[in-house]
Amino acid sequence: MAGKPSLFRIGILALQGNVTEHIDAFTHACRIQDIPHEILPLRKKEEITGLTAIAIPGGESTTIARLIDKNGMRDAMVHFSGSYFATCAGLVLLASEIIGEERYTPLGILDISVSRNAFGRQKDSFESDINVQGLDTPFHAVFIRAPVVIRTGSHIQVLAAIDSMAVALQAGKHMAFAFHPELSGDLRLHSLFLSTLS
Amino acid sequence: MKLEDLRHGTVLLKRGFASMQKGGVIMDVVNAEQAKIAEEAGAVAVMALERVPADIRKAGGVARMADPNKVIEIMETVSIPVMAKTRIGHFVEAQVLESLGVDMIDESEVLTPADEEYHIDKKKFTVPFVCGARNLGEALRRIDEGAAMIRTKGEAGTGNVVEAVRHMRAITSEIRRLQGMDETEMVQRAREIEAPAPLVIETAALGRLPVVNFSAGGIATPSDAAMMMQMGCDGVFVGSGIFKSGSPELMAKAIVEAVNHYDEPAVIAEVSKGLGEAMRGLDIHLLAPEEVLQTRGR
Repeated sequence: MAGKPSLFRIGILALQGNVTEHIDAFTHACRIQDIPHEILPLRKKEEITGLTAIAIPGGESTTIARLIDKNGMRDAMVHFSGSYFATCAGLVLLASEIIGEERYTPLGILDISVSRNAFGRQKDSFESDINVQGLDTPFHAVFIRAPVVIRTGSHIQVLAAIDSMAVALQAGKHMAFAFHPELSGDLRLHSLFLSTLS
Repeated sequence: MKLEDLRHGTVLLKRGFASMQKGGVIMDVVNAEQAKIAEEAGAVAVMALERVPADIRKAGGVARMADPNKVIEIMETVSIPVMAKTRIGHFVEAQVLESLGVDMIDESEVLTPADEEYHIDKKKFTVPFVCGARNLGEALRRIDEGAAMIRTKGEAGTGNVVEAVRHMRAITSEIRRLQGMDETEMVQRAREIEAPAPLVIETAALGRLPVVNFSAGGIATPSDAAMMMQMGCDGVFVGSGIFKSGSPELMAKAIVEAVNHYDEPAVIAEVSKGLGEAMRGLDIHLLAPEEVLQTRGR
C-alpha cells in the first residue's frame, strides 16, 4: 500500500451501554497502528454520513433498539454503506432474527438468528480463553449475559464457536461478537477489524 | 472448551455487567405488570420490590427483602436484568437473592439495616452488588467491600432530588480536590475519609469512581433525571417517581428519553409535556431524624 493511510472515522453508537470503553479501545487500537482516526459518539442520524465504520456497544438490546427507532436512526443504519463492529447487544441488533422477540425487529444487517442471554443470567456470565480464527493464540473472552448465534446464513464466516454455536463472526466487511473484546485489554480483534477497513 | 476453563463471578464480570447499564434508567417495580411497563418504556433493568420506597416510608416497621415469589414472578416476566434489595449487612438475604438468580443485588438503606457495624462482604458472592453512598469515603469503602456499582443515596421515597444532588456534588468535588494533591496528601486524605489509600489514588488518576456511578433517591421528573446526568452520573435509578406518578407509562418513557437526551433541553421539554402529576414529594427539612434513610450504613 502506498501513500498515507486515509482517516478512519468511527462512530460509536452512544444511545445506551458501555460506550466509553469502546471509544477508548478504538482510540488505542488506532494509535498503536498509527492510523489517523476520529472516534465519535453517534447519537443522531445526521452524524452517520461520512463514517467509515459504526461500532455498536454492549448494553440492553431492547433499550438501544427502542432509542434507535425513537431517534429516527433505523433507515440510516440499515442503509449505512460502511462497516459494522458489534459486541453483545450490538450482535443482537444486527441480526435478522431474534428468537422469541416479538416487540421489535432487529436491523437485519447480518443473515443470522440469535438467542438472547443464551448462557443464562448474570451469575452464569463467564470469562474464558477461546480460539478465534485469524489469531494465532487464544483470545481472553468476556461473556456477560451473552447471546449466541444459532443459525448463520450464507456469506457468514464463523470465527469462533462454543458448543457449535457461533460467538464471533465476520460477514464481508462486518464483524460481530457475543463477547466483549473492549473489556479484556487485548485489542487484536479491533486491529483485525481496522485492517479490513480501507 | 473445557468447563473448568470458565471463570464466573470475577471483578471484571461484575463491573462489566454494571458498565452495560450505563446511560440507562433502572426502575423500581412491585409486580409483573409494572415490570412489563418498565421494560416496554426502555428501562435497562428493574428493581424488584415488595413496596416502592414512598410506601415503605408510609408503612413503617421493619422493611425486609421481597418475597421470593415476587422476585421470581418479575424475573419470569422480563428479559432485561432483574435486581433486588437486601438489608444492609444481611448476608443471608443476599445469599437467598443470589440463589434465586437475580442479576444484581442492591444492599440498600431503603430497607431496615440488619447490621449497624458491617456491610456484606460482597467479594464472597458471584452476583454483583450496587451500594448507596453519600460521599467519596462511603463510595470507596463499599467498592473495597466488593461493590461493582455505586449509586448516590439521595433520600429515597421523597420525590425530592435535593439529596441526590448533594451526594453527587459531594463525590465529584471530593474527586476534584484529590486531583490537586500529591501522593502523600492523598494518603492523608484517605485516612480522613476512612477509605483505602490505593482506591483513593486510583480514583484521583481516573478522575472518577473506579466503578459505574448512578444517581438515585428522589428523582421524580425527566428534568431531575437529566440534571443528574449533566452532573456526571452514568445513569439513574427511579424508585417511587414512576409508579407514584399520575401516568406511569408516560413518565417511564419520558425519563428514559430525558436520560438519552440529557443535554438537549428542547427534547426534555417535549417529553415533559402532559405527563400529569409527578409524585407528591416531601420536604427534606420536615423529616424527623428517624425518618431519614441516607444516614443508614456509613
